[in-house]
Amino acid sequence: MKVLYFAWLRERLNRGEETVSPPAEVTTVADLMDWMASADEGFALAFEKRDLIKVALDSEIVDHDASLDGAETVAFFPPMTGG
Amino acid sequence: MAVTVRLQAEPFDPGAETNAFLTDTEGMGAAVTFTGLVRSTPGDPVQSLTLEHYPDLAQKQIERFAEQAIKRFELRNIIVIHRFGRMLPGEPIVQVMALAAHRQAAFDGANFVMDWLKTDAPFWKKEETSEGQNWVEARAADDAAKEKWRK
Repeated sequence: MKVLYFAWLRERLNRGEETVSPPAEVTTVADLMDWMASADEGFALAFEKRDLIKVALDSEIVDHDASLDGAETVAFFPPMTGG
Repeated sequence: MAVTVRLQAEPFDPGAETNAFLTDTEGMGAAVTFTGLVRSTPGDPVQSLTLEHYPDLAQKQIERFAEQAIKRFELRNIIVIHRFGRMLPGEPIVQVMALAAHRQAAFDGANFVMDWLKTDAPFWKKEETSEGQNWVEARAADDAAKEKWRK
């Protein structure tokens, strides 16, 4: 599964993307964040304010309780400030 | 195609874009153009603005808002141009143009697209000032502006 990061999340993590292989018990976006935070202190720190983090699965914005089933790309990013 | 969304790094000429938009208006009575500019003021001087974006999702989201606007306000068409990358004060960032039979629909259509775009299209602004660079924070007022269309 490909993971993308944008804006200050990308800067804090020092990477724009990576590939992860979560175990079978990781079934939702929230699970994925828990799993990644438990393995990586930098990630845990960057994702400290969970409520602020927006998520897209295969270019569709979803809630944190969305199922990862079949998703190829998950993107994490802060609130959007375009326009 | 009633919806055109262009995401580009290059600057664009707002007047030329408007004129091109106005070449195909048969049967329509109202065209609204909104242009968003990089703002710098004496109290809040900005040297440059850099926009990061998520290309696939940005294109998809803006097309979605524009298509909703066309249906909801009965517009003939909408063009959205949005830049990414580094830009300077006074330069255009975004332009939304809406064409309709009557003015209220054209105003509402452009307004609707801009309100949704501000909070739900994946762009992130980074400001450069004399004190360094910082990410622009999302504004609650922008969320409130979007909410008014949820009726």
